[in-house]
Amino acid sequence: MSDDPSKESQEANDGTIGDESHLYADTVGEHLPVDVVTAAGDESTEKHQFRQTPGVAVGLDELPRNASLWGDAWRQLRRQPIFLISAVIIVVLIIISMFPGFFATHDPHQCNLIDSLLKPSSEHWFGTDLQGCDYYSRTIYGTRVSISIGIIVVFFVSIIAIVGGSVSGYYGGSVDSIIGRITDIWFVIPTILGGIVILSLVSTRGVGTVSLVLIVLGWATLLRLVRSSVLAVKANDYVDAARAMGASNTRIIVRHVLPNAIAPVIIVSAIYVGVIIAAEAALSFLGVGLQLPAISWGLMISNAQRRIITAPYLLVFPGAFLTLTVFSFILMGDALRDALDPKLR
Amino acid sequence: MSSEQRTDEPILRVVNLKKYFPVTRGIIFKKTIGTVQAVDDVSFDLYPGESLGLVGESGCGKTTTARTILRLDEPTSGEAYFQGRDIFKMSRSELRDLRSEITVIFQDPYASLNPRMTVGDIIAEPWSIHGGVPRKDRKNKTQELLEVVGLNPNNVSRYPHQFSGGQRQRIGIARAIAVDPKIIICDEPVSALDVSVQAQVVNLLEDIQKEFGVSYLFIAHDLAIVRHIVDRLEVMYLGKIVEEGDEFQVYDHTAHPYTQALLSAVPIPDPRAKNRGNRIMLEGDVPSPTNPPSGCRFRTRCWKAQDVCAGEIPVLEDRGQGHPVACYFPGVEFSASGAPPTTTA
Repeated sequence: MSDDPSKESQEANDGTIGDESHLYADTVGEHLPVDVVTAAGDESTEKHQFRQTPGVAVGLDELPRNASLWGDAWRQLRRQPIFLISAVIIVVLIIISMFPGFFATHDPHQCNLIDSLLKPSSEHWFGTDLQGCDYYSRTIYGTRVSISIGIIVVFFVSIIAIVGGSVSGYYGGSVDSIIGRITDIWFVIPTILGGIVILSLVSTRGVGTVSLVLIVLGWATLLRLVRSSVLAVKANDYVDAARAMGASNTRIIVRHVLPNAIAPVIIVSAIYVGVIIAAEAALSFLGVGLQLPAISWGLMISNAQRRIITAPYLLVFPGAFLTLTVFSFILMGDALRDALDPKLR
Repeated sequence: MSSEQRTDEPILRVVNLKKYFPVTRGIIFKKTIGTVQAVDDVSFDLYPGESLGLVGESGCGKTTTARTILRLDEPTSGEAYFQGRDIFKMSRSELRDLRSEITVIFQDPYASLNPRMTVGDIIAEPWSIHGGVPRKDRKNKTQELLEVVGLNPNNVSRYPHQFSGGQRQRIGIARAIAVDPKIIICDEPVSALDVSVQAQVVNLLEDIQKEFGVSYLFIAHDLAIVRHIVDRLEVMYLGKIVEEGDEFQVYDHTAHPYTQALLSAVPIPDPRAKNRGNRIMLEGDVPSPTNPPSGCRFRTRCWKAQDVCAGEIPVLEDRGQGHPVACYFPGVEFSASGAPPTTTA
């Protein structure tokens, strides 16, 4: 931290403690005007300080860009290997999911039964599956499904949670009771079990259907988090200060409450992307998620299950990608937590 | 300048203000099992350009009184007239306008500034709510205000956590004077600060009053600090005003036993004065405001208490001391200067 100026003026203040408390205390009993004495000391302490150190004052002007919480967090994150590793993996996965054709060696739907169940080789890096499709290309294309479901679901869940949680936490009262009870009930529905029940009723299931079901089932956890975070922030004096200033509720929520309440939500959202990706894989594995001919790691793992002894690589490759993806998002969440939660610093 | 002699209209008149907080039990079905009588029948006037002190120990209702006047809490009953208009009957838009006339300085300078906003945004926020300063002039105006409160104007783009407690309180003061209010409610503005900084901030407040002519409602528990800034004083005990008068009357002709006890606890900054011998030690704790004693609320800890004190509640009136006091046995055997009152008068 290079905020020496505040430290320096603090020191200047400290230096005068003896003097001023003495001056001040003296006058307590006798009721003499202190204005002249302390006012002089007062002004010289702080103003003088800045005049004396013009170099520091110039440095100050450059400071603000990085002085916010996000600036501090970013500076800490840049130095953290865990964050860097997970960020690189996530960025690569996102690029893969956007341009899978660029990374794949074969067309994942162009399969040749003659090539059924080939071992990994220079031609087929991850081998081939029962239908003779290039397994590496299918794994690459599977990234697209996982990443898009993870991001779509968490995006919408966050919106629901932020709106609902801040309304519930900020307004309190009966609104809070109603939202709170609904959330409590939703919270106890297990995502996977609920997903099985709902998705088994739907005959054609694409990325949209699965995402929608996961959004419907998954918002409660995050909403509770937003609500508790908003409640904690709401108790701060600066929220009262804004009210006393005449700020509208919307303004208070948007400008004062949410910016201070959002950090834990971002942390959990990052972790939640991983959780949702795993949930999609689990649902597809159980046969109620995506359907062939869609390409998904969950489906690949499901099909590999029967040949786990004869062709273990069919399980290992999509499994490794899935694990790596989920793991990266969870690590990212942890790194963000370390950087954003000042108490852990 | 006691209140009776004033001929001008008070800018703020509080009449029979009551604030009871319900004590509830139960999670879904809340049941009221009692009330905390935080403020009980409090009346006072605040005149233009005057500083009125509101003193008393923690939990006596000082802050609740202030919060209720600002409508941060809704009153149970009573009236509060700002320039003749009842604050408690104001509509939403009237209330918003009122909040540019009455502003607050909060106790805790660490909690009252939004950590996600720059100093410039914090000070300029009242303008974005109430208008008054065109957007393009705001930066200059903010810098002027920073100079008024004794901070370096270059600090506009820094964040609150880069400042010391005293500097932050100055930012809070700049925010409070930004909209040119008529009344500033100072809720223990210096009690969270270092003794050395307290005097500086009190002096700054005095300078601001001289320059802008605002009225202060100055809430404090430290009688020594209050003495420097206030013209008149209201002493509160357990939600009620027990003594009222100008600074000379309350400090040098103290009539209520509670005020006497409070004043005797003010330390005298002279090591040789320790044998003053008239320190009044109060017995017991403050009674619960859920179930206050009958009659005079102070009687449980008062060395003068007799049967009459448990009967009717003593009215706040002049009983021959020249200023109103709510006690059946007002006396002047103690004064702040430690000398017999006859000699100081």
